[in-house]
Amino acid sequence: MAIEFKPSPSLPPPVNSVGAVAWVRHNLFSSPLNIFLTLFSFYVLYLLIPPVVEWGIINATFEGASKAACTGGGACWAFIGVYFDQFMYGLYPSEETWRINLALILLVILIGTFAIKAVNKLYLSIGIIVIYPIIAYFLFSGGVFGLEVVETSLWGGLFLTTLLGVIGIVASFPLGVLLALGRQSNMPIAKSVCIVFIETVRAVPLITILFMASVMIPLFLPEGMNFNKLMRVLIGITLFSAAYMAEVIRGGLQAIPKGQYEASDAMGLTYWQSMILVILPQALKLVIPGIVNTFIGLFKDTTLVYIVGMFDLLGRIQAATHDSSWLGTTIEGYAFAGFVYWAACFGMSRYSMRIERKLETGHKRN
Amino acid sequence: MSDKTTSSNKSLLNDAGTRALIFQIVLLAVVVFVSYYLFSNLQANLANQGISTGFAFLNQPAGFPILIHLIEYTEADTYGRAFVVALINTTVISLMGIVLATIIGVIMGLARLSNNWLVARLATVYVETLRNIPLLLQMFFWYFAVLSALPSPKNSIIFADFFLNKRGIYSPNPLFQEGFGIVIAGFILSIIASIAVIVWAKKRQTRTGLWFPAYWASLGLIIVITFLALAVSGFPIEFDLPQKSRFNVTGGMVLPPEFVAVLVALSTYTGAFIAEIVRAGILSVNWGQTEAARSLGLKDSLTQRLIVLPQALRVIIPPLTSQFLNLAKNSSLGAAIAYPELVAVVMGTTLNQTGQAIETIGLCMLVYGTLSLTISMFMNWYNKKMSLTER
Repeated sequence: MAIEFKPSPSLPPPVNSVGAVAWVRHNLFSSPLNIFLTLFSFYVLYLLIPPVVEWGIINATFEGASKAACTGGGACWAFIGVYFDQFMYGLYPSEETWRINLALILLVILIGTFAIKAVNKLYLSIGIIVIYPIIAYFLFSGGVFGLEVVETSLWGGLFLTTLLGVIGIVASFPLGVLLALGRQSNMPIAKSVCIVFIETVRAVPLITILFMASVMIPLFLPEGMNFNKLMRVLIGITLFSAAYMAEVIRGGLQAIPKGQYEASDAMGLTYWQSMILVILPQALKLVIPGIVNTFIGLFKDTTLVYIVGMFDLLGRIQAATHDSSWLGTTIEGYAFAGFVYWAACFGMSRYSMRIERKLETGHKRN
Repeated sequence: MSDKTTSSNKSLLNDAGTRALIFQIVLLAVVVFVSYYLFSNLQANLANQGISTGFAFLNQPAGFPILIHLIEYTEADTYGRAFVVALINTTVISLMGIVLATIIGVIMGLARLSNNWLVARLATVYVETLRNIPLLLQMFFWYFAVLSALPSPKNSIIFADFFLNKRGIYSPNPLFQEGFGIVIAGFILSIIASIAVIVWAKKRQTRTGLWFPAYWASLGLIIVITFLALAVSGFPIEFDLPQKSRFNVTGGMVLPPEFVAVLVALSTYTGAFIAEIVRAGILSVNWGQTEAARSLGLKDSLTQRLIVLPQALRVIIPPLTSQFLNLAKNSSLGAAIAYPELVAVVMGTTLNQTGQAIETIGLCMLVYGTLSLTISMFMNWYNKKMSLTER
C-alpha cells in the first residue's frame, strides 16, 4: 500500500495582511509618525469639510431674486444666478449675446471638422486662422449687416477673459517663433535685438506692461491716431506672452539633434526651407505641452486687466460683490470665479499631459 | 586660392555672409527708425500736453500718505522718499514671501511623497487647487473675504498679548533699551563661536573619523551666550503691549491686513509651485542611491540629508530660481488691494499726480529688472556651489 502524501490545505494569509485592514495599516498607521499624521489630517478634514458642506449646500439658497431670499444662513447662490449673464458676457446687451454664442458654436464646429478625414486640413487651418477672426470680429463689434454696434468697453466677463487669452496666445505664437529663431541665429545684431526684447519683458511683471500699454502707447503714437483700450491691452499681452513663448520654443529648437540641421544643410535647403520643412515641425511638436502651459499662465494672468480698468470675469464679480443690494456675497462670487478658473486650467493641464504622453515618440535614446 | 575667384564670380546676393550682413543692416535701420519715430512722437505729445520731463519731480513734495512705511514718511516728504518707501515695501514682501513659500513648498512637496495615503492626497489637493486659480483672485479672497470678515477692533480676537481684528494683527513690539549693544555683541560672538565649532568638528571628523554633534552644540552655544549677555546687561528689552481701548487697539506692532493678505496669497500660491519642483527633484534621484545608503547602514534621516537631498537640490535649484523671480514680480499684484508697493505708489499715485509716464514706468521696470537680476545672480552662485564638482 502506497502511502499517499496529502498536504494539508494552505492557510489563508493573516487577516492583517490582506484587504482593507492591511491597506489601512500599511497606508495610514504604519508608524507612530504616520498615526499622528493620519489623525491630524482627519482633524483638519473635520474642521474644513462639515462647515463648508453646511454653508455651501445644506443651508444654501439656490434661487431668488434678491438678497432677501437668502435666509438659510448659508451660501447665497442666488447671487450667481442673478448676475450670471454679466459674469459671462460683461455689459454686452443681453439681446445681442446670441452673437457671442454663435461665434463660439462656429468655432467649435470648425475645430470639429478637423476630425473629418475628407476635409483639406490646410484650407481648414487657413479658414480658422484668417477668415474666422474676421467673422468673429464683425459678430462681436457689429456695424455690418444691420448688426447693432457694441462698444468694446461693454465687453466683459468670461467672454473678455477668453478673448484676451486666446488672441494673446494665437498672436504671440508667430512672434515667439521669430524671436526664438532670432535668438538662436548667428547674426549678432538680430540676436542681440531678440535677447534684449525677451529678457527685458521677462524681467518685469505683466502689470507694468499693462500700465505701459494703457498709459504709454497713446504717448508714442502720432497726434490723432489712437487705439481703443482693448486693442492696447491686447498689444501689451501679446508682446508679453511672445517673450515667454519664445523661450518655450527655444527649448524645442535646442532639443533637436544637430544632425537634423546638418542634414538639411546637406540637402541644400535654404535657411527658411530647412526651418519650415525640417526643424520647426519637430521642435513645435516637442513644445506643445509648454505652449499649453504658457496658455494656462496667460489665462490666469488675464485677471490683471482688472487693475487697468477692464472688467473681465474677476472684475465683473468684484463689481457685483460691491453692489449694495447684495452685500456679503463676496465669498460666493470668489467661489464661483475660482471654480471657473480652476476647471479651465485644470482641464487644460490634464489635456497637455495627455498630449505629452501621446507625442512621446522620439529623441530619447533607450 | 580658388575660393576667392569663385566667390567673386558668384552674385553677391547669393552669398550667405553678405545676405546676413544686409539683413542685419536693414533690421538695425528699422529698429533705429522706429525708435526715433516713437521718440519724436513722444516729445511732441509731451510738449502738447505740457508734461515736463526728467527726474526733477523726485525732489518735489509728494503730498499723499502711505499707510505702510518702515522708514519715517509723511505727506510732506518728496516723491523720492515715497519711492524709497515703496521699494522697501516691495523688497520686504518679496523676501518674506520667498522664505515662507520655500517652507510651504518643501513641506507640501515632501507630503505629496509621503507613504501616508491621506497626507499625500491632501497635499495633492492643495497643490492642484492653488496652482490653477489666479493669484489675483486668491489675494482678493484673503483680503475681501477672509480678513474683512474678522471682528471689529471692539470685539478683537485676543490670544495672550496678540489681538486679531479687521485692522490687522497686533503683537507686542520689542523696545530696545540702553545696553542692548551687549546683547547684540554676545549674539554675534556666539555665532562666531558656533561656526568655529562646526569647522573644528568637520576637521576632526576628516582626520580621526570621530563624530561630534556640532549643530546641537552650536545651537546650545548661541542660546547660552545670548542669554548670559541678556542677564549681564540686565534684560535691556521692554515690550510695548497692544492695549485695548474702547473702540480701538493701540500700541504694539501692527501687521496691516493688506500686508497679511499679500503675503499669505503670494506664499501659498508660489508654495504650490515649489512643492511640485521639490517633488520632481526628489523623484529624480535614482532609487538605487537610497538603497545603497541603506545598505551602508545609514539611518533614514541621514539618507535623506546626506544622499538624497544634495542630489535633488541640483535638479531643484534652477526652476526654484524662476519661481522666486515670479514671486518677486507677482508682489506687484499687491497694488490691486492697496498694499503700497512699487506699482501702487510709483505707477499709481505718482503717475496720476505728475503725469510723467515715461519716468515712472521706466523707474519701475528698472527696479524690477535689478531685483530679478540680483535674485538670479544669487541663485546662480548657490547653484554653482551645489553643482557636481567633477575631477
